[in-house]
Amino acid sequence: MTGRLLETAPGPGFADPVADSQRAFRAMLEAIARPGTVQAIGAELTPPAPLSRAAAAALLTLVDFETPLWLDAAARQPAVEAWVRFHCGVPLVDDPAAARFALVADPMGSLLPLDRFPIGEDAFPDRSATVIVAAAGLKSGSGWRLSGPGIEGEARLEAGGLPLGFAAAWQANRGLFPCGIDLFLTADDRVAALPRTVRLED
Amino acid sequence: MYVAVKGGEAAIANAERLLAETRRGDPAVPEISTAQIEQQLGLAVDRVMTEGSLYDRELAALALKQACGDQLEAVFLLRAFRTTLPRFGASQPIDTGRMQVARRISATFKDLPGGQILGPSFDYTHRLLDFSLLAAGETPGGPRGESDPEPMPHVLAMLDREGLIESEIEDSPDAPVPDITREPTTYPADRAARLQTLARGDEGFLLALGYSVQRGYGRNHPFAGEIRFGTVEVEFVPEELGFPVSIGDVAVTECEMINQFKGSATEPPQFTRGYGLAFGHCERKTMAMALVDRALRARELGEEIDSPAQDEEFVLAHSDNVEASGFVQHLKLPHYVDFQSELVLVRELRRRAAAAPGRRETALAGDE
Amino acid sequence: MDGYNFAYLDEQTKRMIRRAILKAVAIPGYQVPFASREMPLPYGWGTGGIQVTAAIIGTDDVLKVIDQGADDTTNAVSIRRFFARTTGVATTERTAEATIVQTRHRIPERALSAGQIIVFQVPIPEPLRWLEPRETETRKMHALAEYGAMHVKLYEDVARHGRIATAYDYPVMVGGRYLMRPSPIPKFDNPKLDRSPALQLFGAGREKRIYAVPPWTTVVSLDFEDHPFEVQRWESCCALCGATDSFLDEVIVDDRGGRIFVCSDSDHCGERRAAGHVGPQPDALGQPVAEEAT
Repeated sequence: MTGRLLETAPGPGFADPVADSQRAFRAMLEAIARPGTVQAIGAELTPPAPLSRAAAAALLTLVDFETPLWLDAAARQPAVEAWVRFHCGVPLVDDPAAARFALVADPMGSLLPLDRFPIGEDAFPDRSATVIVAAAGLKSGSGWRLSGPGIEGEARLEAGGLPLGFAAAWQANRGLFPCGIDLFLTADDRVAALPRTVRLED
Repeated sequence: MYVAVKGGEAAIANAERLLAETRRGDPAVPEISTAQIEQQLGLAVDRVMTEGSLYDRELAALALKQACGDQLEAVFLLRAFRTTLPRFGASQPIDTGRMQVARRISATFKDLPGGQILGPSFDYTHRLLDFSLLAAGETPGGPRGESDPEPMPHVLAMLDREGLIESEIEDSPDAPVPDITREPTTYPADRAARLQTLARGDEGFLLALGYSVQRGYGRNHPFAGEIRFGTVEVEFVPEELGFPVSIGDVAVTECEMINQFKGSATEPPQFTRGYGLAFGHCERKTMAMALVDRALRARELGEEIDSPAQDEEFVLAHSDNVEASGFVQHLKLPHYVDFQSELVLVRELRRRAAAAPGRRETALAGDE
Repeated sequence: MDGYNFAYLDEQTKRMIRRAILKAVAIPGYQVPFASREMPLPYGWGTGGIQVTAAIIGTDDVLKVIDQGADDTTNAVSIRRFFARTTGVATTERTAEATIVQTRHRIPERALSAGQIIVFQVPIPEPLRWLEPRETETRKMHALAEYGAMHVKLYEDVARHGRIATAYDYPVMVGGRYLMRPSPIPKFDNPKLDRSPALQLFGAGREKRIYAVPPWTTVVSLDFEDHPFEVQRWESCCALCGATDSFLDEVIVDDRGGRIFVCSDSDHCGERRAAGHVGPQPDALGQPVAEEAT
């Protein structure tokens, strides 16, 4: 590496990387195992804008040098780049199709179309992208009607700040099963998940 | 009886203490040191380093001591330690052409540049028990030839110049080096993953497979083109420096087999290669590995695949002795829930069979 | 344990396993390949389950480990001791108190709840393996959801034996898409897999696969209209607690063929006895040696 000179040193990551990442992971696991629930990620973090605490914790917990990461234009700030490179050692990619993880800070502008992220292959559907989305707010008990694995009957979830065509795009993603992307929705220190299996109705 | 099938913490602790006592043996006999193992049981150390895929003679000696000399157990100990080590990156490819050679033989040419060097070898010893070793004593020092600075080109490179042997496929130097310990093997495997798997593979398993090739199961007419053993320098390029620095020497054994190839629609008849490499002095292992590597190239060379040694999934999935030993030995664990399920089933099937004369077949479900 | 990370695995390895677990949950019943590590316990002895548990466990968890349904079998003791040493988390023998249950060959009799995760140790994850030894082929069969061969195999059983002759590791369909091996649990336990409120994770270390069944997911044991799936039944009850609805182990008590049946789930049996249930031979096995797991 030719050495990237940092304008300012990146801010801190997890105070206790082992325990904090375990807690954050369990929140994410619970979220994806029970779509419609909203989980607190439970870490004290002061990530660079526009990263929320939950989005930052998700990155610290899951990405590293083995998982190319794509940042949308809103997230592609020098401070964010420096922060994720320093704490995660993650390669940043310009092409969303080459990403294992993606961070979408401006879902209105850059979440759709969903199919620009890798959807996996029939033989290896796990080789699909996990997309971390900054929502304007998360609320369980109202909003979309969710059904599918992880849900007893029906669950409700409301996520603010998503583009108009999202529900239709998600149904198309669900139609790709067993391929398809998986989404983590984040806001403040909270996270919810839409695994590819989830049926979503307005 | 209840205690016998259901042992607790105390039973396990007792077993560990008994094992420690057995390991030590008669306390009147001096305890063996890891330095003694390293120096005097060096070939055992080499095998454990190779199949444990960790180059550390002292730790391999420690593993052998701890394992009471059980090589597979020692390999397992070393692997379980290795897996906790951080990975910094991949070294530069070692250059065996620049090896400090202790032994170098070719079965294909009577003489060749650099010469044939027998070195330390069992090959022409008569396998007669040497009772003088029963008594401790000084061993006469070995002969010293004049130190030989003559370069030793690879035998296969000489053939290559004539176009008689396929060229080695060069990997792009920037291509990432796959690591079978970081990515599970998927099939078909590429050659790098295959060679890594074979290098870690059980010597006994590869020996039997290599032998089967010689006996006609996937015959490919091998010649031992060259076997060399010695030390090579290992270089690493730290990200922050950007140029290679030497991080030490390792002893390795390398075997290059030359095999016939009848040619195909696109390729004229020529010789093909099989390759073996191991840490330390593991000659039998590298020869067997080279035979199996060549056999596994059947698909790539358009040969018919009809023998076990040519079957990539069969060979690669069963060559690891840590995996194999664990799974075979797991049969010692209680299976009484499954066995009870089978008992209930077999009794029921027998009842039905007895009730319906003429249907006397019974069979167990073929599960583990 | 000095010199080792919390839960033994290094953080990079945990991240890799955590990513695999999340994909496994997102694709119910699909086997996610993962870069299984050598563990200090042998392959085939629970390394897959141990790696899954190590990747999810935290200081607030309460861990229960069972083998053959019992907490005091040697391998269960060994694995529980491993986690006690490497994490210091609380362990329990009581199903109700556990947040994580790691198991080999059984699902506890007591229904699991939404706050719990059960981790199965899996020897052979591929349900089609006895029909097709090649990974390249079975992977294609899963991609195409081509499971006819399994139905044919089961139907051959019916033709030969008059019933399906598979007593454990009985194949299931998960979420209507993936054929899955439930690990060698008796088919008696299969109904507990279906629509369980708990998250079910499966780890196969030697075979390098992780798979999952999310809560409330349908898990259907394969069968035929004229040969519906059914579970084992015993004519006896548990000699100790009198249970008639639990999986019973057969214990040979003398060399004249005398035998009794006892609950395989030691916690379930103990709980019932503590509640006053008494079987026909409550002292048949003497007092089990009390082992305090710490």
